[in-house]
Amino acid sequence: MCALSGRWSVVLREWLRCTFVLLALPWCLDSGAEAQSLGRQDILTLQDDDAQWVMPAKNYASTRYSRLADITAANVASLRLAWTFDTGVRRGQEAAPLVVGHTMYVVTPFPNILYALDLAKPGAPLKWKYEPRPDPAAQGVACCDVVNRGAAYAGGRIFYATLDAHVVAVDAESGREVWKTKMGEIGQGESMTMAPLVVRDRVLVGNAGGDFGVRGWIAGLDTRDGHIAWRAYNTGPDKDVLIGSRFRPFYAQDRGRDLGVTSWPPDAWRTGGGTVWGWLSYDPELDLVYHGTANPGPWNAEQRPGDNKWTAGMFARDPRTGEAVWFYQWSPHDIHDWDGINELVLLDLPINGQTRKVLIRPERNGYVYVLDRATGEVLSATPYVHNTTTTGVDLKTGRLQYRADKVLEVGRVTREMCPAAPGAKDWQPSSYSPRTGLLYIPHQNLCMDAEPSDVGYIAGTPFQGLTARMYPGPGGHRGELTAWDPIRAKKAWSIKESFPVWSATLTTAGDVVFYGTMDGWLKAVYARTGQPLWQFKLDSGVVGQPVTYRGPDGRQYVAVVAGVGGWAGMIVTNQLDARDASAGKGLANAMRDLPSHTKPGGTLYVFALEAPR
Amino acid sequence: MRRRQGLLMLCALVVCTAAGVAPPSAAPRRELRVCADPNNLPFSSERREGLENLVMARIARDLGADLTYFWWPQRRGFVRNTLNAGLCDVVPGVPAQYDPVLTTRPYYRSSYVAVSRRADGLHVTTFDDPALSRLRIGVQLIGDNGVNTPPAHALARRHIINNVRGFPVYGDYRRASPAAGIVEAVARGDIDVAFVWGPLAGYFAPRQSLPLDVRMLSVRDDPPGLSLDFDIAMGVRKGNAALRDELDEALLRLRPQIGRILDDFAVPRVEPSTAGR
Repeated sequence: MCALSGRWSVVLREWLRCTFVLLALPWCLDSGAEAQSLGRQDILTLQDDDAQWVMPAKNYASTRYSRLADITAANVASLRLAWTFDTGVRRGQEAAPLVVGHTMYVVTPFPNILYALDLAKPGAPLKWKYEPRPDPAAQGVACCDVVNRGAAYAGGRIFYATLDAHVVAVDAESGREVWKTKMGEIGQGESMTMAPLVVRDRVLVGNAGGDFGVRGWIAGLDTRDGHIAWRAYNTGPDKDVLIGSRFRPFYAQDRGRDLGVTSWPPDAWRTGGGTVWGWLSYDPELDLVYHGTANPGPWNAEQRPGDNKWTAGMFARDPRTGEAVWFYQWSPHDIHDWDGINELVLLDLPINGQTRKVLIRPERNGYVYVLDRATGEVLSATPYVHNTTTTGVDLKTGRLQYRADKVLEVGRVTREMCPAAPGAKDWQPSSYSPRTGLLYIPHQNLCMDAEPSDVGYIAGTPFQGLTARMYPGPGGHRGELTAWDPIRAKKAWSIKESFPVWSATLTTAGDVVFYGTMDGWLKAVYARTGQPLWQFKLDSGVVGQPVTYRGPDGRQYVAVVAGVGGWAGMIVTNQLDARDASAGKGLANAMRDLPSHTKPGGTLYVFALEAPR
Repeated sequence: MRRRQGLLMLCALVVCTAAGVAPPSAAPRRELRVCADPNNLPFSSERREGLENLVMARIARDLGADLTYFWWPQRRGFVRNTLNAGLCDVVPGVPAQYDPVLTTRPYYRSSYVAVSRRADGLHVTTFDDPALSRLRIGVQLIGDNGVNTPPAHALARRHIINNVRGFPVYGDYRRASPAAGIVEAVARGDIDVAFVWGPLAGYFAPRQSLPLDVRMLSVRDDPPGLSLDFDIAMGVRKGNAALRDELDEALLRLRPQIGRILDDFAVPRVEPSTAGR
């Protein structure tokens, strides 16, 4: 039931660590010493310290679960606003705040300002801010608002990517830039929006920009000086993909020489997409990092016959060298714009009577996958939304089965494609509670019609447009929070929301699930039943990632940045024309009433239980 | 003669300024605010050397207005970030059926054309030319999933895929004339024939180191209903019919002058299939 059950060595290690922390406490009280000791602390230790939140997904397993239990289902109703901070940036706020020691770090959308707030002082005043001043031209390259999904802490430094495709390391204490590395060319359509993952002395990052015909990659930078230790492309010859002797994919179709070339028409892999703008996870025991790859691009599917490897799938790689260890493809020859970059939740679960090291993936294509994370074998793939475009996943071959009549094609009208292009869910990550054994999946319920439309025009070149018009799926609601049992492969409960649930979920040992809505509510529900417990109206819609931590005063806090935006919220931040059904790549049509429910924002909200009188 | 006049005026201005007297001003000049890409020849450039810059300059002169530019790369979101953000009033080159804006009457109609090396004597004018199965072909490609330039679709429908190479319409924005890559690839011998939007081909082909052949296709649509030709007009904000009407009249009045600008840029033109609005 519990991811840790039966692992006594872990418990013992935990106990020893706690003891050490207690013994070290007197020296930690001096704040200068605190920063230094944190600098030396291993991420493996920090990720288990529930007072802190050092990476967007909380831990390497990406569970977004905290053992803090001061706030419970019984008392969450008395949660009150403690303090706020205005970031001054009114674009989609998708980043998770980080808490390291007594400091909170918030990174904004473009222009990607990093703020450090002093949690030890009343009202958490600003300690410093760091401004990387990314090239404004990057805004023209970003596909879907100018978001950033967060920073990562390690070794006394904050690491994050800027929209103009640079990675920066900032001294966590002083706000001084330690290094800055250029990773891509905005002139060629590359941008960066993802949150890095730090594994030992590697900062792992990837690019965005599949819509511009870029070639996707993931890279490992040296934490010390920012030099690029390795870069693995997700299309092209094996040597570029870092496929070598260690590569052992589970399924036959993924074995062979240079499949990143041969599964494409000649040269098409050069502009083939497969970017890495989503989530990474890491298993310290297997020493494997896991990352998804975005959809193939950029031209229409009929021009790229083949599986288009290694797009719309996922790799397990060695974090030190980048070498590929296995690969699995969610959507071979993707035709729906289903980027395979969603979160990868690493759990140890009893499957058919034995404990398996698995990886859970609520996929854009509409299935919750359970994979063996050592081998890439699909143990189950179960639909979690209304699905008209595919018929299932063949567990013998691992292949997704497409319906031929639900294919996007120019000159043809195709109706009722469910899920739509943003998929059953997009980047917004789930959380998992070992107490309930449930995965809390924030997602959408959208279908799509596609038909030939008026002309489009880019860089002076006219072409026949294709209007993808999206609308609510069965039930009429556009979003849902689904509690999913990955062992039984079925839904435990769900909550329907009018708008897509475009925020992350957070789950705590108090059996509370937190999530935000696009019309501006932060909500708390009971993790076992979904019963609503508390909600608070913010000044803007939530598309960010709630986190929880223990403040220097010993109290448990919950923090989230409100600020509607991202692909689904573009209609508000970018003031898209709701009369234009194809605006925002067709998603604006389904979101036409959002502007009457919320407005742009960029405020950090922090909550705590009402102080005892 | 004109130059001398200019010099005289300049002198007069210097004298006036030196004397501390403001030059006699007529009614304040009207401003015509244009949104354009600063690096997208042959259409526009920050040095105002593109065909749209010249057309706008001619129209501004006709309307007695001063031209001001708001520069923004012409990519997805262009209209949203520029015209609809109120940063300008005119976008000089958009398809006549372009939905996000209110369009004027078209001022030219062009087509996708075939570009090849003159020495090769290819003479490709249709997508059914049997030579296309053995030639190396270049097409412009669009980033959005599912859509592409008409020649890309026409070739795919004929299963001409493996010998086709895509060139993103955005090009490499770090360089001047980002869109030139596909025509340069023909000159370099990387590809044998490129299906390119007319104005790009007309402008870039003569600028290569060896003679290129720019050939109008003999088909106007493929398949029927999916056009290879497009009327190009100007766009104003929806609701701004007054400016649209004014531009319509100017475009009609200045037809010969605009025609000469298009000739200077060697824009391949086809007759409008339907009369302008």
